[in-house]
Amino acid sequence: MLKLFSLPLVAFTLLMINAANAKPLNIDVTEFSLDNGMKVVVIPDHRAPVVTHMVWYKVGAADEQSGKSGIAHFLEHLLFKGTKKIAPGEFSKIISRNGGQDNAFTHLDYTGYFQRISKDRLEMVMGMEADRMQNLVLTDKDMKTERDVVKEERRTRTDNKPAQLFSEQMSAALYTAHPYGIPIIGWMSEVARLTRQDAMAFYRKYYTPSNAILVVAGDVTAKQVKALAQKHYGMLKNTATPGPRLRTIEPQPIAARRVIMTDKRVSSPYMMRQYLAPSYVTAKGNEALALDILTEVLGSGTTSRMYKKLVIEEKAAVSTGSWYSGDNMDSGTFGFYAVPASGGDLAGLEKHIDAIIADVLANGLSQQEIDRARKVLQAETVYLLDSQSSLARVFGRALVVGQSVDDILNWDDNLAAVTQQDIKQAAAKVLQIRRSVTGFLMKSPAATLAGTN
Amino acid sequence: MKTFTLILTFIVLLSTFTTASRAIEIQQVKSDSGVTAWLVEDHSIPLIAMNFSFNGGAATDPADKAGLSQFLSGMLDEGAADMTSAQFQAAINDNSIKLGFSASQHRFDGGLQTLSVNRDIAFSLLHKALTSPRFDANPLERVRRQLLVGLENDKEKPRVISTRAWLKTMVGKDHPYARSKSGTMAGIKAITSQDLHNRAKKLLTRQGLLVAVTGDIDAKTLKQVLDQTFGDLPEKSDIKPVAEAAVLDQSKIQIIDRDIPQSIIQFGHKGIKRKDKDFVAAYVLFNIFGSGQFGSRLMEEVREKRGLSYSAYATLYPLRRAGLVFGSAATVNARVGETIQVIRDEFKKMADNGPTQAELDNAIAYLTGAYALRFDTNSKIASQLLANRKAELGIDYIKNRNSLIRAITLADVKRVAKRLLHPDQLVFTIVGKPVNVAASKN
Repeated sequence: MLKLFSLPLVAFTLLMINAANAKPLNIDVTEFSLDNGMKVVVIPDHRAPVVTHMVWYKVGAADEQSGKSGIAHFLEHLLFKGTKKIAPGEFSKIISRNGGQDNAFTHLDYTGYFQRISKDRLEMVMGMEADRMQNLVLTDKDMKTERDVVKEERRTRTDNKPAQLFSEQMSAALYTAHPYGIPIIGWMSEVARLTRQDAMAFYRKYYTPSNAILVVAGDVTAKQVKALAQKHYGMLKNTATPGPRLRTIEPQPIAARRVIMTDKRVSSPYMMRQYLAPSYVTAKGNEALALDILTEVLGSGTTSRMYKKLVIEEKAAVSTGSWYSGDNMDSGTFGFYAVPASGGDLAGLEKHIDAIIADVLANGLSQQEIDRARKVLQAETVYLLDSQSSLARVFGRALVVGQSVDDILNWDDNLAAVTQQDIKQAAAKVLQIRRSVTGFLMKSPAATLAGTN
Repeated sequence: MKTFTLILTFIVLLSTFTTASRAIEIQQVKSDSGVTAWLVEDHSIPLIAMNFSFNGGAATDPADKAGLSQFLSGMLDEGAADMTSAQFQAAINDNSIKLGFSASQHRFDGGLQTLSVNRDIAFSLLHKALTSPRFDANPLERVRRQLLVGLENDKEKPRVISTRAWLKTMVGKDHPYARSKSGTMAGIKAITSQDLHNRAKKLLTRQGLLVAVTGDIDAKTLKQVLDQTFGDLPEKSDIKPVAEAAVLDQSKIQIIDRDIPQSIIQFGHKGIKRKDKDFVAAYVLFNIFGSGQFGSRLMEEVREKRGLSYSAYATLYPLRRAGLVFGSAATVNARVGETIQVIRDEFKKMADNGPTQAELDNAIAYLTGAYALRFDTNSKIASQLLANRKAELGIDYIKNRNSLIRAITLADVKRVAKRLLHPDQLVFTIVGKPVNVAASKN
């Protein structure tokens, strides 16, 4: 089997799926809160003398004010500038010369900062991370240079890549009102106008201990982490009250949408369909678990229904699959994609996918298919145990959107309770054409106008 | 993410000439059929990871069948012995086995991960895949369609275009390195089932076979597994040697016109190979100069001071038949000239003056301290072990690696900077619509 394609949305979604599928076996997870409300999770792994230290903030791109798209991500960059104690640009250099690696990430619902380092430097990184939660110092010059960097990042990740622009257009069409339709990195025109004041206002509103979660995985005990966390994070006073995360509610979808994008830089076209779906947070009963099993059977790997039909039998596609992304706070997505063989047509692939969906709606899945899928999903959780940083990410991501440690630990058992009826109902609820966007990305004589400012 | 992609790229490049620090106990296991494996046992998680590598790869693909080795890597799990493609894939999927193959210019690699409870079925499937692949017509044509769309898809990817063009300029159009390991449309179209059988016979042999294993398996069991899996492969291979590349030593700017808002700039010049006596000092030097981390020279000058690019790095690129130095940045079309100038200036500055003592101390502290981070999962340990075997570094290398790094002095890196960095030989390949930048005449 060849894995030639990493369509942007799909690659991204695979990570999401792993997260939802985390039911670590025999994992000793400790959870507690500091007096200021900061939550702490400890996941011991004593195989190597290193730790992964992460601070997650309950704020992401979907919390941005209208007109300020990209500010959450831009602020993430700016947190690597200075504080009252740390000179501009020194943060990562200090981590490096202590033998560590650091980075950060911004998503729709959260922003996270992490270091991977020898366990005897855990206290040092905690001190530094606690410091920049409250003492960020920003100059206009640093802000302007970094804004240029972010504009280059947007060109690198998005504007130079028609597939990524297409994915951005698909999301924008899927969400008519909810901010999940706005790209995390921001629209170029808005990024170009972000200011130091915007960044500082966002920082002051959201960066406070009660809005943060600490995750430490690696060669430590819960007792050690508790003492250090109390010392470095426990003494921080709350400086803001971010309040409940009330985003615009997406209205009931009433119109199937189509996105046709053409660009001369496309050399191999493809099609995609995505539906608004519940997420693990918003799902009722077993809906989210049922959708995880459904996507495993329909579109995961070479033994899936889609691959067998479109690639092996019909020879119409060279690659196809489905995904369920259920990790976000307000909404999930369920999607399908197919890449045609040379000269193949996208409309034909869409018909095949529609037939597969119609069959599921009429007949559901067989018990045998469900059992196979469940076994595969449960085995993935064993693979997850090999990596302390993956485990730290899984727990951080769950807690930051309001899931609990038990939701993750019980995932395996919960999966076992999903019935044929659950899957049929979830499919009927989600796979309605009015909830969907269908997109074709095709070659054309002209380039899409993008990112030229 | 701040520099996430970049860091991933960087780790991948470095992993072939790694060094080490954590106390990891490596056992050498030799099977009756003469296959040796390095093993790190760890029974705390019920998983086994095996990485293995055969001698020979895309650089020795026949010229009229370019892409043959990669084609083979896509076909080995598409049916073997008594199992059709569908049956083989179902067995892999239902037992949650992760199996994959890949071809590089000089090696043909594979990786197997399994829950230890499925150990026997996993290795039996691997044995079938290696010794009796079927190459049935249906899966063969399917994989061919996939490869052709993959080649088509690469045609307009600016980064793929620039990397290939740069490499072709550096080693000359006739050297195998100038050819992508994915091959050509004509090559992929010409490949038959018989070609794949012949290639499998040639590549999948015990001569030069390297194996690394981690996880829930002991030496005694592994010894049997090695014989059962690899024991009946042919003993000898006759892979033809690849010719030494004549690396270009003249400065050049080449521009490939594409209608994109940001130009991709790939650059570099001749470098050194892994076995060069200055390799460790050069490795430390390039950490200071172009690691792509904050604090490295290119990152500070290109990104932090001027906001010219999201990522900026330069690294040693030691191929077996060509030592190279390779770097990359990407900037809005209007600022390409400025970016090139900054890169040239930094090459010159470092060649003339070398790094400071503080930069050297920081680099040594980082490289020795962060080495342990490459060994915190079983699958990472397996890749490190295999990388060390490929680079012929010896079983004790992990123990000694940090002291090799610590032994590097300021005089060493200054001398090596002068020897290695050649601002007057830089070759820039630009894909985009750069403003006010002229291509070289030659």
